[in-house]
Amino acid sequence: MATNQEEMEQLVEREYKHGFVTDIEEDTLPPGLNEDIVREISRRKEEPEFMLEWRLQAFRQWQEMTEPTWAHVSHPPIDFQSISYYSAPKSPEQLKEEAPESLDEVDPKLLETYERLGIPLHEQEKLAGVAVDAVFDSVSVATTYKDRLAEQGIIFCSFSEAVHDHPELVKRYLGTVVPPADNFFAALNSAVFSDGSFVYIPKGVKCPMELSTYFRINAANTGQFERTLIVAEEGASVSYLEGCTAPMRKENQLHAAVVELVALDDAEIKYSTVQNWYPGNDIGEGGVYNFVTKRGECRGDRSKITWTQVETGSAITWKYPSCVLRGNDSRGEFYSVAVGNNYQQIDSGTKMIHLGKNTHSTIISKGISAGHAENAYRGLVRVEKGAEGARNFTQCDSLLMGDQCGAHTFPYMEVKNPTAKVEHEATTSKVGEDQIFYCQQRGISEEDAVNMIVNGFCKEVFGELPMEFAVEAQALLEISLEGSVG
Amino acid sequence: MSMLSIKDLHAEVDGKPILKGIDLEINPGEVHAIMGPNGSGKSTLSQVLAGREGFEVTRGEVRFGGEDLLDMDIDERALAGLMLAFQYPVEIPGVKNVYLLKAAYNALREKRGEPEVDAFEFLQLVREKLRIMDMDESFLHRGVNEGFSGGEKKRNEILQMLIMEPRLAILDETDSGLDIDALKVVSDGVNSLRAEDRSIVMVTHYQRLLNYIEPDFVHVLSDGRIIKSGDKSLALELEERGYQWVLEEAAA
Repeated sequence: MATNQEEMEQLVEREYKHGFVTDIEEDTLPPGLNEDIVREISRRKEEPEFMLEWRLQAFRQWQEMTEPTWAHVSHPPIDFQSISYYSAPKSPEQLKEEAPESLDEVDPKLLETYERLGIPLHEQEKLAGVAVDAVFDSVSVATTYKDRLAEQGIIFCSFSEAVHDHPELVKRYLGTVVPPADNFFAALNSAVFSDGSFVYIPKGVKCPMELSTYFRINAANTGQFERTLIVAEEGASVSYLEGCTAPMRKENQLHAAVVELVALDDAEIKYSTVQNWYPGNDIGEGGVYNFVTKRGECRGDRSKITWTQVETGSAITWKYPSCVLRGNDSRGEFYSVAVGNNYQQIDSGTKMIHLGKNTHSTIISKGISAGHAENAYRGLVRVEKGAEGARNFTQCDSLLMGDQCGAHTFPYMEVKNPTAKVEHEATTSKVGEDQIFYCQQRGISEEDAVNMIVNGFCKEVFGELPMEFAVEAQALLEISLEGSVG
Repeated sequence: MSMLSIKDLHAEVDGKPILKGIDLEINPGEVHAIMGPNGSGKSTLSQVLAGREGFEVTRGEVRFGGEDLLDMDIDERALAGLMLAFQYPVEIPGVKNVYLLKAAYNALREKRGEPEVDAFEFLQLVREKLRIMDMDESFLHRGVNEGFSGGEKKRNEILQMLIMEPRLAILDETDSGLDIDALKVVSDGVNSLRAEDRSIVMVTHYQRLLNYIEPDFVHVLSDGRIIKSGDKSLALELEERGYQWVLEEAAA
């Protein structure tokens, strides 16, 4: 037990093991944002005209918009002119913006970076059942198992490649779930997004492996603006996972991503996130501003979208993975564990928009606050007039560690159909000193006791993660909360 | 050598003195009952021995198996073989009972330098103990004490003891909240723990438990001191005459 001050401080000191910087030459645009920068990004990516037009329109709309202030977070004003909007690692073969053809063309330093992060980019490695798209700053550096997936008609590639090779699909679906002017950060992303992943599962195909994207911010003073689009056609299904890390830097870094999911009739998309951006240090310096718009549309009947997120990183998190339940009998699910320690601020939750008949949604949110963190759940359940027989179940549980942190719940409900059934349950509890004492009295160390209690609290959500990632998520949680009970 | 040796133990909670000079010697194989009216310091004594935070030892010494107990962390004490059956067992939602049991058992094995047991071996062991406690296997898969009845919680405490096999078992008001059938099962469990190299301390307000678990020694605690010690007949006398006469006798 930590009895003296020094020991306490050691315990509270948090280890962010992904905080290293890769020393690699990068091609970075000067800071600032104007139409020329937007054009330059599009030019470097050799995009077709429709993409440039799309970006410019978004940029013009963005200029008219103001940053939202309703979230329960506070930060100094962001100077959008001081950020660089494009940065890509240089390598001889890769002065063009296309992703390399094979791993042999990838800079060994990059491979080493992902190796250190525990993401093997060599196929046939231990995560053999998982295909990975690795995004480094603004570009995708490698995508594995592309060929094997292509045999079944599955497209899994960087967004840049999709724009070149499958423009008709991009045109058909891009911006149909999150329109460019949806909100301030979505508009910014639409103007300057540089890369991301594209997934297309054709009719009737069940994707045979987990797909995942691993995002890494490396360059300083650079924003990361990626865009992910996943389309599952009729009867298709896919499970997708994203992971994120960044180096430790004293300055804040901006990450404003957009994710769009489209599920047609009987399709199923499972989207899991393990978010571990650098959270800042123990006095609240540095860390990533994670302002993300994620939305899935159950466009077809009997379709299903599941969001599972484990959010342990970022200085500020602002994200609400949502489901638009347009198809009849469609299902939306949201399972979340959001952990804040030190001075992290989290405003996260979901929106479930019921449009179709007999649509069901489930929301399970687990918020954990330690240190001086502020953790808010914000959720909207809207049942529109035509959504006969809609059902929602919401459960929001908050766990507090220590007495300097805060937990908040902002549930919104708008029900316009009298047949709807909407349930909301919320609890707040503290990791009791008595619980820890009880475990310790059974010979379990204090740290293991805290982990055990927290894992018990999150159990329902971890159960939704793909097996190999559930283990990783648990480990991540342990690191995040290290020493938060002294 | 004695199992537990308490000398002139003083302790306070929030600056208020509760224990005011306890002396007690417990030898291996002995069963001691510590009785006393409410507020006499019985529960404080068991919490201090287990190492609970907020219970400040201000004077005195406690040796456990010859070692300085007060210098040990809570989990060290547990692994050294001092185990407390809680008066109010704590609920830990979402953590399976079997998971806590196995983690505790493996911590003990690690301390002894033995390899961890796997799930299969552990289940074999725990099934046998479940039978002694007349508990259904479904207990293992429920959250730790989550939604357990009072009797179930107390059984669960003894089940943990059967698995951890402590050298010194401290039972804090284990009989409270038990109906007669549960009391019998719990007592059988405790009696099965009796051994030459193991000592048991029962902290209890009532004599009832002592009908089932026969003590070798009975001590009466009042205002933070042991004011009278005797054999099991003392407990019967207390049952019959109440505490008042002992208090008066001690004051005289």
